[in-house]
Amino acid sequence: MTRSKTPKSNNQKSLISRRAALKGLGAVAGGSAALGLAPGFVRYIQVSAAEPLKIGFQAHRTGIGAAYGRWYERTTNAAVKLINDAGGIAGRPIQLITEDDGTDPKRGSEVVEKFASQHKVDITFGTLFSHVVMGSAPRAGELKMPYYVVSEGHHVASGALNRYTFQPGITDVKAQVSSMAPWIAGNLGKKITMIFPDYAFGYDHRDYFSAAIEKQGGQVLKLLPIPATETSYTKYFPQIPSDTEVLYHVMVGPGVLTFVKEMGEFYGSNRPQIFGFIDSLEAVDIASPGLEFLDGTYFWEAYPRYAQANQSEADKFYRAAVGVDNNGASLEDSKDVATYSHMFGCWETLYIIKEAVEASGYQSATAADKKKLVEATEAMKGWKEGNEHPQGDKTFVGQIHQCFGHQFISKVAGGKLEVVHKTEIADGTYEPETDYTKMAL
Amino acid sequence: MSLGPHLLLALMEGTVAAFVLALTALGLTLVFGVMRIVNVAHGEFFMLGAVFAWAFAHLVGNPALGFLVAVIASPIVVGGAALVIDRAILRRFNYQPEATIVATIGLLYIIQQLVLIFYGPDARSVEAPINFRVQLPWFGYSGYKLVVAGIAALLLLATWYGIAKTKLGLVMRATQFDSETAQAFGIPVDRVYAAVFALGAMLAAIAGVLIVPIKQAYYLMGLDPLLLSFIVVIIGGLGSLRGAIIAAFVIGISDGVISVFFSPNLSKILATLLVALVLIFRPEGLFGGKAR
Repeated sequence: MTRSKTPKSNNQKSLISRRAALKGLGAVAGGSAALGLAPGFVRYIQVSAAEPLKIGFQAHRTGIGAAYGRWYERTTNAAVKLINDAGGIAGRPIQLITEDDGTDPKRGSEVVEKFASQHKVDITFGTLFSHVVMGSAPRAGELKMPYYVVSEGHHVASGALNRYTFQPGITDVKAQVSSMAPWIAGNLGKKITMIFPDYAFGYDHRDYFSAAIEKQGGQVLKLLPIPATETSYTKYFPQIPSDTEVLYHVMVGPGVLTFVKEMGEFYGSNRPQIFGFIDSLEAVDIASPGLEFLDGTYFWEAYPRYAQANQSEADKFYRAAVGVDNNGASLEDSKDVATYSHMFGCWETLYIIKEAVEASGYQSATAADKKKLVEATEAMKGWKEGNEHPQGDKTFVGQIHQCFGHQFISKVAGGKLEVVHKTEIADGTYEPETDYTKMAL
Repeated sequence: MSLGPHLLLALMEGTVAAFVLALTALGLTLVFGVMRIVNVAHGEFFMLGAVFAWAFAHLVGNPALGFLVAVIASPIVVGGAALVIDRAILRRFNYQPEATIVATIGLLYIIQQLVLIFYGPDARSVEAPINFRVQLPWFGYSGYKLVVAGIAALLLLATWYGIAKTKLGLVMRATQFDSETAQAFGIPVDRVYAAVFALGAMLAAIAGVLIVPIKQAYYLMGLDPLLLSFIVVIIGGLGSLRGAIIAAFVIGISDGVISVFFSPNLSKILATLLVALVLIFRPEGLFGGKAR
């Protein structure tokens, strides 16, 4: 840039911007004076237009949870839009601030920190992978930041976390597997081999399913933990005892398709009964080549991916709002399959946050208001199926910060999942193992 | 499952892994041998190979034809990228070992993040060109994996032939032996360097293409092959082609057998222990020459 040109352009710019600034200032001053004179509007300005309710959304945009993150975000955005269109939370619009946690515990806790100190959010909400929740929740507790997770893990209900961490929108693994065990023992077999991820989420499956199946007179013949970084699975299959009646599998991460394909290559049509958690196939098209052997196997689903014959009105509404077709894929791309059994938790949790904020009289991000919000959440008892809770009825136990809901067992038939059994909420409930309400706020 | 079939499966898994590993490690050791560069971004070329394979297969549509296009076009694109990197970065550092290590660490992250931006964080699958299952009396096995081992074996043979029997190979070996003398004899050393860097990247990329129907293309998939390649290259001797191939088979097959019979963690522990022992007792590697 030459010297001769610079002053001229600077002059022009500053003239325009000064004029614009003066105009703008005048308009704002005039406008606020006018509104200020009308007393009825004052409260409205303060609470609604000036102060949106800030919700920090911790999302798995990258890393091994990215497929879940993408759908968690779509579901969350859809619910936020609906809530805002209907007048927001306590008359205040939600301002969603999304940050990527990289599916990484360390990053997760940094994101919580950032929400509190930089964005100054009212509430933190979001994430799925149990190690990220375990990494983030302690910081949320220290910051006294209400933290609503949609993670499935038993870590909330077990008492391992703190008074500020809730899981009101999705049933935990302990309840899920306990409600599966009677059906598996009664319909598929009692000699089980379990394949599961070798970390916290997998241990929930190992511990609580083993206990539940033994209660049904069943037996776990062999446990096959798979390291988190594994990318090749064939080498594990020979360890499955040949007298196994039911192969129980649950796997997560980018390797799930490889896992299921290699299982098919190993067994072909000569297989034991196979019962999987849909986690092993979330975001994967069941009609993918190499998965034909799954026909006739069973899956746990929290929420049926394929629209069933008796589809509820709420499910129709929810699918349309999020943009999911009747096969559980994106309306825009039939190859982009949803994480349908998990993401509903974001939708339902946002409506629970709305209810809690409104019940508590929450006003601003102060310690006193956050305490009121925690107590109001703990006081909740459950929710009825409907557009706000499309997955179904739920009960909520305030002491353990955990909800309980119906679960589904689906059979693969013709490349689709057909529900063959729906559990009762009572099938999965258990005695509280902790009481968060007795902890200091 | 009884011991015999169990061992057979372990050997099959190990052999397939060893062939793919040998291809990847060969690229790494070739680059080090000729250019004296430790290419930390080598695993990213593997990942780029897989990602471009997805892109080409996706563009073509038909699985068999798409894969055929991918197996040819993807390494060419990655080789082209390597040429650009050689000209734009490595040559500007005069191929100094220390500077290029730091530069390739930076490259690793740049390539990874570019793929994250333009391709996304998802693991995307590519359909195998041939989908058949080999049913043995005790278990089934993926036919495609056997094809992978076959193609990898052919490529290893072709690379050996190229280096040992062609004029280009002779020029490369001369540069490796003594680059200054080679230059004095009129060998265009900088062009040899560029060619070798591209060839190394292409070998990794082909391994990535071959593996993608088994494992999907994913932006973080380059880390594993990088670590394993380093293990192989250190055990085999930095710069030794024969050493890299033999070490790839030792590591690949022992990994298969130990993971099947004991645990995958144990096989990683033993491989790392072997690296430590080699570094202590024979730092030049099992087949590496003494430093000149």
